[in-house]
Amino acid sequence: MVVPSNVSFIFKREFKVYFISPIAYIVISIFVGIAGWLFFSTFFLFNQAELRDFFSLLPIIFCFIIPAVTMRLFAEEFNVGSYEILATLPVTFTDIVLGKFLASLAFIVIMIVPTLSYAISVSLMGDLDWGPVVGGYIGAVLLGGAFSSIGIFASSLTKNQIIAFITGMIICFALTLIDKVLFFLPGRLLGVFQYIGADYHFQNIARGIIDSRDVVYFLSVMFIALYAAHFSIQEKK
Amino acid sequence: MIEISGLTRYYGDLCALDHISLVIEKGNILGLLGPNGAGKTTALRIITGYLSPTSGTVTAKGISVEEHPLEIKKMIGYLPESAPLYQDMLVYDYLNYIADIRRISPDGREGHIRTLADICGLNEVMHRSIHELSKGYKQRVGLAHAMMGDPEILVLDEPTSGLDPNQIVEIRDIIKKIGREKTVIVSTHILSEVEATCDRVVIINEGVIVADGSTEELKRSSESEYSLNLSLKGVALDDVKNLLAPVQGISGIEETGTDDGTHLFRVRCHTPEDIREQVYNAIKQKDWTLLEFGRESKSLEKIFRELTKEN
Repeated sequence: MVVPSNVSFIFKREFKVYFISPIAYIVISIFVGIAGWLFFSTFFLFNQAELRDFFSLLPIIFCFIIPAVTMRLFAEEFNVGSYEILATLPVTFTDIVLGKFLASLAFIVIMIVPTLSYAISVSLMGDLDWGPVVGGYIGAVLLGGAFSSIGIFASSLTKNQIIAFITGMIICFALTLIDKVLFFLPGRLLGVFQYIGADYHFQNIARGIIDSRDVVYFLSVMFIALYAAHFSIQEKK
Repeated sequence: MIEISGLTRYYGDLCALDHISLVIEKGNILGLLGPNGAGKTTALRIITGYLSPTSGTVTAKGISVEEHPLEIKKMIGYLPESAPLYQDMLVYDYLNYIADIRRISPDGREGHIRTLADICGLNEVMHRSIHELSKGYKQRVGLAHAMMGDPEILVLDEPTSGLDPNQIVEIRDIIKKIGREKTVIVSTHILSEVEATCDRVVIINEGVIVADGSTEELKRSSESEYSLNLSLKGVALDDVKNLLAPVQGISGIEETGTDDGTHLFRVRCHTPEDIREQVYNAIKQKDWTLLEFGRESKSLEKIFRELTKEN
């Protein structure tokens, strides 16, 4: 028998809390609504059965939505004081950070599940190539994981949820746009910034080609951000 | 059981705890007493592993809090000040969550939660959301949370704040009962609470221990310091001073007021002996009119005020 770990208890609690208040349903509705509207408003102009436009918009939408999903994870606990209870229970900092991260990631997966209906609708209208769609969803989960770990790090810095949201959003935006705004840099340097950019790696995967370099990039961002969050809460001692 | 040695904690330049050392035995209820901002909560937070000390060590059963925080946290049940619980959970779900983390086996879990609910009087609110509860009920949920899994050490930061007088008596009884077998540290600024529940009192002020002993010991040590109040008709302070100069154990005499030719004096005494008889005999020889004569001992409150007043 597998003994459930502290990570799973913290994960379960945090995941349930998302759905206790109406905020989760509002966030999911806003995401599905905005993504759907932006996608379908230009979809019929090109008359092509593909989801490329949807996936090209996704990083920018995630920059707003994911920091809003993660902002409360630490900031609220610091503000209410419940963090003192959590930190004095027999759990490690790693349990706390991983539990919260997995809960936010699971929420993001649930948030993007309704968009599968776009793919199904498009496939009914024309001959949809499922390769890039599957790649796009794998990329979305990786991107969601990277951004939510950044959001958790931002939340671990402050007891103010708004500050956590804005900090998370700025970092996510910087990672998404870094390779686009630096076009004036010399070519060699641009390559470096392109490698740092999240959008570049996401679009690679969304083409349907899963390259280990792109996967490693997202896993590295998750590791670095979660490690920083771990460091941040440890420093609070 | 718990050994605290040279515990110091700074917040920036502010020294919250200054080289505190204590040994707390098993089966003892220790009352940590002090005014607001004395360092009580900081001390408890370091004992429970929530904060790190700037220097010094805390060990429980020989295990260091800094080196093995997880082992210590398994041993300690902690109720932080004003019970900051998860507002968005039901009481039952919350206790179940704590039971999960404290690894209470599924077999005995329901029974254990029910026992805690009985002890803390939570049966009526088990299926209510914590944010709907009154402060007193939240405090009780916090107490049940701290007692989950029968930890060997219980650390309670102001456990009776926000409770009504009946609840206070109930909670004190619970603490006393637990204290027979376990180590309990209770912080409070309510003196009657310490007198009612604690075996030992440690008074801290500005991060330093200013008194340590049982409530009886503290009172007894103050018995050697008392004052005699005299009310004499038509007698000046200097006459009284001259008269009582030969009496041993008097540390000072002052006039505290006059009323229509009657002078009130306070004779401060610093001796374990009762010198009332000597003072009375001296006055009798002078044939002065003695209107009032009484001894005033220090209450625990007065001891507390003197020990913790601002320098």
